[in-house]
Amino acid sequence: MALTKADLAESLFNELGLNKREAKEFVELFFEKIRETLESGEPVKLSGFGNFGLRKKNPRPGRNPKTGEEIPISARRVVTFRASHKLKERVELNAGSRGQS
Amino acid sequence: MTKSELIALLAAKQPQLEYRDVELAVKELLEQMSAALAVGERIEVRGFGSFSLHYRPPRMGRNPKTGDSVRVPDKHVPHFKPGKELRERVDL
Repeated sequence: MALTKADLAESLFNELGLNKREAKEFVELFFEKIRETLESGEPVKLSGFGNFGLRKKNPRPGRNPKTGEEIPISARRVVTFRASHKLKERVELNAGSRGQS
Repeated sequence: MTKSELIALLAAKQPQLEYRDVELAVKELLEQMSAALAVGERIEVRGFGSFSLHYRPPRMGRNPKTGDSVRVPDKHVPHFKPGKELRERVDL
């Protein structure tokens, strides 16, 4: 079981009393604003949760693992996430030995 | 962009909501997401990405000041994998 946008909208409905449509729209907009900002090349820092950053990757030779065929991997920009200390601590304390991949 | 800048952006887009409610809503979303990861649950947001936990086995570490060996217990760390739409939009 995973947390989804529907669960997040549900919590805005339950905890804050937004109506269902508003809650759904808000969740959508929340992720869209983060995407837009990253797309524009600006990192997003959500204190207490973590930072989304951007990294430039140089082109490098790659290989199709199935066929062994060589294929070039072009230069690209990728998103990275660094969890905040607070989030890391919560995860270490609670998730502890509970297995999950 | 910081959390308060995100709140301001969302408030401008959602004029029917009080600023205070937008602030609470953003905090609520981040709290739900943190709480899910804290109990070992994944987060999956199509078009954005997924958060999961990665296992780190126990290892022997060193106290950098004294050089003493210390046992570092195993743990889980949060991991984010960008979704297809985010990957494509961010790539140049």
